[in-house]
Amino acid sequence: MKELSVNHLLGIKYINKNDIDLIFETADHFKEVINRPIKKVPSLRDITIANIFFENSTRTKLSFELAQKRLSADVISFSAAQSSVKKGETLIDTVNNILSMKVDMVVMRHANPGAAYFLSKNVKASIVNAGDGAHEHPTQALLDSYSIREKLGDVAGKKVVIVGDILHSRVALSNIYALQMQGAEVKVCGPKTLIPKHIESLGVTVEPNLRKALEWCDVANMLRVQNERMDVNYFPSTREYAQQYGVDKNLLDSLHKEIVIMHPGPINRGVEITSDVADSQQSVILDQVENGVAIRMAVIYLLASKIK
Amino acid sequence: MSQKVLLTAKEVTIILHRLACQLIEKHLDFSDTILVGIQPRGVFLAERLKEILEKEYQTPSITLGYLDITFFRDDFRRTEKPLEANKTNIDFIVENKKVIFIDDVLFTGRSIRSALTAIQSFGRPSEIELLVLIDRRFSRNLPIQPDYRGRQVDAINNEKVKVCWKENDGEDGVYLITN
Repeated sequence: MKELSVNHLLGIKYINKNDIDLIFETADHFKEVINRPIKKVPSLRDITIANIFFENSTRTKLSFELAQKRLSADVISFSAAQSSVKKGETLIDTVNNILSMKVDMVVMRHANPGAAYFLSKNVKASIVNAGDGAHEHPTQALLDSYSIREKLGDVAGKKVVIVGDILHSRVALSNIYALQMQGAEVKVCGPKTLIPKHIESLGVTVEPNLRKALEWCDVANMLRVQNERMDVNYFPSTREYAQQYGVDKNLLDSLHKEIVIMHPGPINRGVEITSDVADSQQSVILDQVENGVAIRMAVIYLLASKIK
Repeated sequence: MSQKVLLTAKEVTIILHRLACQLIEKHLDFSDTILVGIQPRGVFLAERLKEILEKEYQTPSITLGYLDITFFRDDFRRTEKPLEANKTNIDFIVENKKVIFIDDVLFTGRSIRSALTAIQSFGRPSEIELLVLIDRRFSRNLPIQPDYRGRQVDAINNEKVKVCWKENDGEDGVYLITN
């Protein structure tokens, strides 16, 4: 039987195609589990997991917690806002104190890129990266690919455009790695100020024109404009951004084909996409959320089975 | 490694017909009864019994589901090899139904213990019975016994009972393998 090649999920960069396939196969089983009348299995009865969120999160945190509880793990959750981090404790000290309480796995979100990697080198626990700054957000990329696979049958050979704030987005980087690993073609589209320099070196092409990008693609992943990470103005106004890079129903209907609309949430309705697009038949936004729980169950289950 | 034939294809057929008749004797028209094949190898036996019941004994359509017990096992992280899951396919509620678990070999009883927990995710059955093709005597870890058994076999621990099915292994037959 197959197992993951890694003991931590730090980013898509650190795993391979076989790992992704195994996670998807396992997620298929868990998706069936979470649609049962009783949505819980006892596999992880003797595993304790700490969710440490140094940055705000609703969806990811809830999704991880739910996944852990559906696997019967014991869960402790912790937000930096109410913690000793504010009193000056270092990251390693905070986590080691938590691990002294016999915790087996840590799910962490942190504002600094590489925080999860750093932790994995310095503490004895299985680490899952739930987002580290503008670096990676592996479970989001996995659930995005899983949703594409579910909707279109396969990821290989599909054309995916990632639209919006690529510069500040960990979702974009993880998605680029994951999609390319599975044989999809990736374009990015957005205002020049929000596209990182040299992004072509990742093997993606840049398309500044949204209509052309949408005409080309099978799937459009609409990213949120991350106002909280913007220290200067990257575009003149939200209104102008919405006109240039927002998708509305008219634009969607004027395309010569039906494309799939994705969004990692939270949506700024009327900015990246309008309400009628978000709620349309072509949108898989709520499927992404459901799949998120199944994917996170699979990741946690597979990593936990490697804890001896 | 030596291999001894425990049941030939003809004997398997005779036993399957006997088990089918025993099921009819108890469950008549199967209106409240559900067959559940335990993944992975109980599925072949369950499908075969359904086919015999419907074709040879004209039992009206029988509900058959597959139950995977991987996530309910008690040896997670205790075995060298990771546990591989199979597909569960139960698209009905088992509330107040009579459920018959079907598996090829009953050995320690631990799979059936897991199945007893797993089935609760789909409701509260009124009754659960167990049908196995091969019952290995003197090897139980738990107080679990079959209600219907094909053949009782005495096998010691380093011996393995292998059940082969035409649709999966090319021919029907049961073998005792000694390492």
